[in-house]
Amino acid sequence: MTASATSADASTEVRLKRRLRRAERAHQVKALALVAPLLVFLLFTFAGPIAGMLWRAVDDREVRQVLPQTIAALAEWDGKELPDEKAYAALASDVQAARASGTIAIAAKRLNYALNGFRTILTSTSRNLKTAPEPGTAKETLSKINPAWRERATWTTIKDAGGPITGFYLLAALDLTRNVDGAIVAAPPDQAIYRSLFARTFVISLSVTALCLILGFPVAYLLATLPPGRSNLLMIFVLLPFWTSLLVRTCAWIVLLQSKGVVNDSLHWLGIIDEPLRLIYNRFGVCVAMTHVLLPFMILPLYSSMKAISPAYMRAAASLGAPPLTAFLRIYLPQTLPGVSAGSLLVFILALGYYITPTLVGGAADQMISYFIALYTTETANWGLASALGAVLLLATILLALVYGKLVQGQQVTGGMKN
Amino acid sequence: MSDNASLRTPSQRIAWTTTLVVSTLVFIFLIAPILAIMPLSFSSSSYLTYPLPGLSLRWYDDFINSPRWMNSLKNSVIIGVASTVLSMVLGTLAALGLAQWKSRFKPLVLAFVLSPVVVPGVITAVGLYFFFAPIGLTGSYLGLILAHTALATPFVVITVGATLQSFDTNLARAAASLGASPLQAFRRVILPLILPGLASGALFAFATSFDEVVIVLFMAGPEQRTLPREMFSGIRENISPTITAAAVILTTVSVILLATMEALRRRNERLKRGG
Repeated sequence: MTASATSADASTEVRLKRRLRRAERAHQVKALALVAPLLVFLLFTFAGPIAGMLWRAVDDREVRQVLPQTIAALAEWDGKELPDEKAYAALASDVQAARASGTIAIAAKRLNYALNGFRTILTSTSRNLKTAPEPGTAKETLSKINPAWRERATWTTIKDAGGPITGFYLLAALDLTRNVDGAIVAAPPDQAIYRSLFARTFVISLSVTALCLILGFPVAYLLATLPPGRSNLLMIFVLLPFWTSLLVRTCAWIVLLQSKGVVNDSLHWLGIIDEPLRLIYNRFGVCVAMTHVLLPFMILPLYSSMKAISPAYMRAAASLGAPPLTAFLRIYLPQTLPGVSAGSLLVFILALGYYITPTLVGGAADQMISYFIALYTTETANWGLASALGAVLLLATILLALVYGKLVQGQQVTGGMKN
Repeated sequence: MSDNASLRTPSQRIAWTTTLVVSTLVFIFLIAPILAIMPLSFSSSSYLTYPLPGLSLRWYDDFINSPRWMNSLKNSVIIGVASTVLSMVLGTLAALGLAQWKSRFKPLVLAFVLSPVVVPGVITAVGLYFFFAPIGLTGSYLGLILAHTALATPFVVITVGATLQSFDTNLARAAASLGASPLQAFRRVILPLILPGLASGALFAFATSFDEVVIVLFMAGPEQRTLPREMFSGIRENISPTITAAAVILTTVSVILLATMEALRRRNERLKRGG
């Protein structure tokens, strides 16, 4: 009797547990179903497009589409000597077909990225190759039209650009290239501009971050120390610029800093200067305007980390005989470090990708990486290089964002981000 | 000042005075440019210099009578409102789901949902430009609304999520135990309580779209140019006082958004203290 009752209890318990688990699972599925629409949406409007951009950084099918027989003929070629007659004949046939369909310019553009002057080689060949060369004479005919066909580099360039994927753009974005033997070497000086571009982007971002930290620290300290009534009032000075349109703020700085602007006029009126100073369309203008735009992103995290520091620590330090400076350096400052690092990283990440402000207030020598990505996308249509530069910038951003994520873990992620 | 009562030593007083002076200078640095540009829009002259030769509303008149500027204002409002509505729906649902979902993948999903904020604008814009062009979504309102929604939704997820954190789930259970269907419980119990969070999310979303310019630069056709986009080309060509009038209008919108945000925050704080 007792035994059967216990077993009945046990089976009820098992059944209850199973039902509970099922209910819990249903609950989780429902929760995921609520998140799903956003995930699908972001796949279409964000992740997909960025994946597409990354794909373009290695995609290399233009030459393959225009010169298919040539690429096929070069597949077996070891690149040590000039290719055989078969490759020349394939090229002649491809060039004539491309000329008929008007696609020769596509291949010419891609090949010209890899070897300066290739556009001329291909167009002159296309123009002068009136009829298909007699069998066995393709090599001779082509070399007569353009002596470049007698050079190994011309052919390795075509083979390298044969796709379907390439490291060419990514290497170019790091000032590297492949030489005629396929080894990775430094790019020629006239093409090696990207390392210095990344360095410049880093230097500007670092300077802006340092300026924001120097200017933001005392302000955050003041806001965290004052009684709430007064600090709330002063907070307006930080939040109003934060909410004001980026374009308005950039425009305001141009109005203030231009040669007949408010600042120059005032300095002139005060008798400090005779000639207007050059304050804008240079590095100075970029740093001032970007610091203005990004300062709130520094002050807000600093403020929240300082707000969490109990004044009791400082009092305890004082009561134990620490002079104020020692107490500040050894008790207060270390506790602000999470805020300092979070704010600095946030400002640095945002500064790295800035486009609008440097474009409008910087000179030619102050343009950052984003400017070149935009330039190569819309003006010169060098999409491979634009995507490769974008990939490098994205990688840097993701790495820094991961560090930022680790830092703010546990801290409240407040709405302190607005691009 | 009462705070200075605790500052006994001269060095402490010097430190505090330095903080005050530096902070004041930084506050001036932050606010002066925004204030300086405003009076220029009321100038009667077309030179952007002080002192103002006289006051006039001619640049506002210019703005209102320019089809280009008015069209851009209209576009900004259309795209802003549409992407706000869309991001509110997607973001609120996701925030509700994330609040209940327990999984070790949750941080990963959250990072993905928030990533549009951190990824540089140019990268998103270039990606969208390549992705949307073949399917006819560049140069269209829909394309811009979708793109702005992607940028704005993280802010909705953050703000609504923060509100849900302080929400007492027992209230929803109580509603259920009293016989309310999940939908009824949401509409009559949860929704009124998280409404301030929803409102701040909407404000953030609208502000994000209203201020966005990089994606518009890449994707908008002449028909879809927004107010920041017109300002961008205006600044590039030559800053006319009409741009300062546009700047004042944009700033006014920001002030209204900020004031609403502050009011919501204060109401929330009052409720918290009262509760």
